[in-house]
Amino acid sequence: MLVGLQGSGKTTTAAKLALHLKQKGQRPFMVATDVRRPAAIAQLTTLGQQIDIPVYGEGNSPQVIAKGALKRAKEWGAHWVIVDTGGRLHIDEPLMSELSELKKELRPNDVLLVADAMTGQDAVRAAEEFQAKVGLTGLILTKLDGDARGGAALSIRSVTGVPIKFIGTGEKTDSLEPFYPDRLASRILGMGDVLTLIEKAEATMDAKRAQELEEKMRRATFDLEDFLEQLRQVKKMGSLTQWLDMLPGFSSLTRRIPQEAFDDKAMKKVEAIILSMTPRERHMPQIIDGSRRRRIARGSGTTPQDINQLLNQFRQAQKLMKDLSRGRQRGLLSLFR
Amino acid sequence: MIDLWKKTEQGIRRTKDAWLGRMSRLFEGEALEQEAWEELEEALIAADVGLDTTQKLLTQVKEKARRQALTNTSQLRQTLMTEMISILQVDGQRAASTPSGLAVILVVGVNGVGKTTSIAKLAYALRQEGKGVIIAAGDTFRAAAIDQLKVWGQRLGVTVIANRPGADPGAVVFDAITAAKARGADVLIVDTAGRLHTKYHLMEELKKIQRVVTRAEASCQGLLVLDATTGQNGLIQARHFAETVGIDGIFLAKLDGTAKGGIVLAICDQLNIPILYIGTGEGVEDMAPFDAQRFVEVLFS
Ligand SMILES: Nc1nc2c(ncn2[C@@H]2O[C@H](COP(=O)(O)OP(=O)(O)OP(=O)(O)O)[C@@H](O)[C@H]2O)c(=O)[nH]1
Ligand SMILES: Nc1nc2c(ncn2[C@@H]2O[C@H](COP(=O)(O)OP(=O)(O)O)[C@@H](O)[C@H]2O)c(=O)[nH]1
Ligand SMILES: [Mg+2]
Ligand SMILES: [Mg+2]
Repeated sequence: MLVGLQGSGKTTTAAKLALHLKQKGQRPFMVATDVRRPAAIAQLTTLGQQIDIPVYGEGNSPQVIAKGALKRAKEWGAHWVIVDTGGRLHIDEPLMSELSELKKELRPNDVLLVADAMTGQDAVRAAEEFQAKVGLTGLILTKLDGDARGGAALSIRSVTGVPIKFIGTGEKTDSLEPFYPDRLASRILGMGDVLTLIEKAEATMDAKRAQELEEKMRRATFDLEDFLEQLRQVKKMGSLTQWLDMLPGFSSLTRRIPQEAFDDKAMKKVEAIILSMTPRERHMPQIIDGSRRRRIARGSGTTPQDINQLLNQFRQAQKLMKDLSRGRQRGLLSLFR
Repeated sequence: MIDLWKKTEQGIRRTKDAWLGRMSRLFEGEALEQEAWEELEEALIAADVGLDTTQKLLTQVKEKARRQALTNTSQLRQTLMTEMISILQVDGQRAASTPSGLAVILVVGVNGVGKTTSIAKLAYALRQEGKGVIIAAGDTFRAAAIDQLKVWGQRLGVTVIANRPGADPGAVVFDAITAAKARGADVLIVDTAGRLHTKYHLMEELKKIQRVVTRAEASCQGLLVLDATTGQNGLIQARHFAETVGIDGIFLAKLDGTAKGGIVLAICDQLNIPILYIGTGEGVEDMAPFDAQRFVEVLFS
């Protein structure tokens, strides 16, 4: 059963999922229950014809359609029944209860929230409501072929606590990819900070500071002071590993990262190094030469190697930010590749 | 009038409750403390007004307050309202009249924002004003997009000129212009397939459609539909569409779905494109012309 806000991509995704299953040798069957939007049933029927998969949509209420569909699907010998639903706002009480009634009727194995990756923070609230009122088992993110940074999409992942199962990467029925958390791995090392920043930037915690960081990220004036600020924010939110665990695909990853990397001692070291720099050095790390490096090391009780390491980390973070802000990485999608 | 007022109120009720409501509470005391200024700033940013616009707004209010020695909160509240209204009042360019006298509205936007529904609303409103309206089914790509528009056409009694699915949208528009001229229609509204602003060839296709209109000596106005729940990505979308086809106005759909209506301030301030209409639901009557004064008054009421 696919649910979500208006225009998020439910109907298209229903057809994509059906095609995906068919290509794996399964027998999927589709059900159109959106009786409200003009030609919504015709839309799914057309898609069904294109990919040669049956579509059932007889009846004038979602529940009536569902009942008939289950019967027909059984007769036809379907392995899977994919149910498209009409888009709705999470605050629309009658429509939300219609959805939970439909769920009772269908008793689906999966209820998947289809969410637009371009979405703003409103969708995070919406996802919470769909989770609370209907109950979800997974997510599908759509429109990842755009330049969406997807901060809100990641927040949805963490507030609902259910996994991202597929991503949509185009308008055609074959533009669906299973979501493999492992693919994130190569990107993630060094990316954790950036994700935290994006997450944070769009979380409600410290909206003003987050906006400033975001702004800096866009203007690529992100400096070591911001870097430090970011680390402190992360610290405030609890252990970084715990935080990463909330993000898709990270739990397997955090086990592979040496724990020391995130412990208090390492953090203190970073703090000490940055605090031993002059404001000018924090702002323009490129002026840090051999003698400055030695002075900073002495001041912070570390070694010049430690400082090099930190500067490298920082440069990586900075580069990622620049790339992100120039759209060279095409937003969230690049994380999955 | 009363009715439209109500639509505006419905549309921004959630915004009002969630964030900007917080703002009016700040103005209940005697004087505005530093802390209150900071909370005000936070409330604006959280409502998606955006950093630059928030800063600009507050600087202007503080400056005015200083110059006119305003201290009591009701004066400050009034000043904030005035400044907001002035940001929201963006002057639109009036389309030059053309020999044919036909105005073509090219409706564009990314996938799923509400273009087709908004077109139905617009056609309905124009009909109410007594205008002759024709719609061109320019989305020949999405499954049943033509049927969707035809259903609206039937409900509203408005002619929809359509071709086969997969047909060239330029050809559909050409036919529609011919039909509109033959019937002496005042306005032709062109639906287009949703497209991501990042897709070069799809954006170029819009230029082709636009050329069909200008060659037919009809005036062409670009109306961009933005989804109010999108947040700041909407600004990026607007810049891209404005660069490609030129945007004369914005239809802000799904305002009923957001608790962050501050996006309207960001749009007007950052893009300098007027918001012409707001969408507040799925029915044809769920729309209102955007009125800066009313919008701000409702927020603070
Ligand atoms: N670029 C892109 N477009 C998509 C994707 N998924 C869906 N779309 C488009 O988004 C628009 C809305 O998709 P629909 O499938 O109709 O969305 P829906 O959730 O069923 O919409 P309603 O039933 O109206 O609430 C259509 O123009 C689709 O072609 C995607 O992954 N990428
Ligand atoms: N709540 C709400 N839904 C809307 C509004 N405008 C459009 N929609 C819904 O959003 C979905 C997508 O709209 P549609 O017009 O097909 O978008 P298009 O793909 O841009 O043409 C449909 O389910 C509409 O009913 C609005 O102002 N408020
Ligand atoms: Mg649908
Ligand atoms: Mg459409």
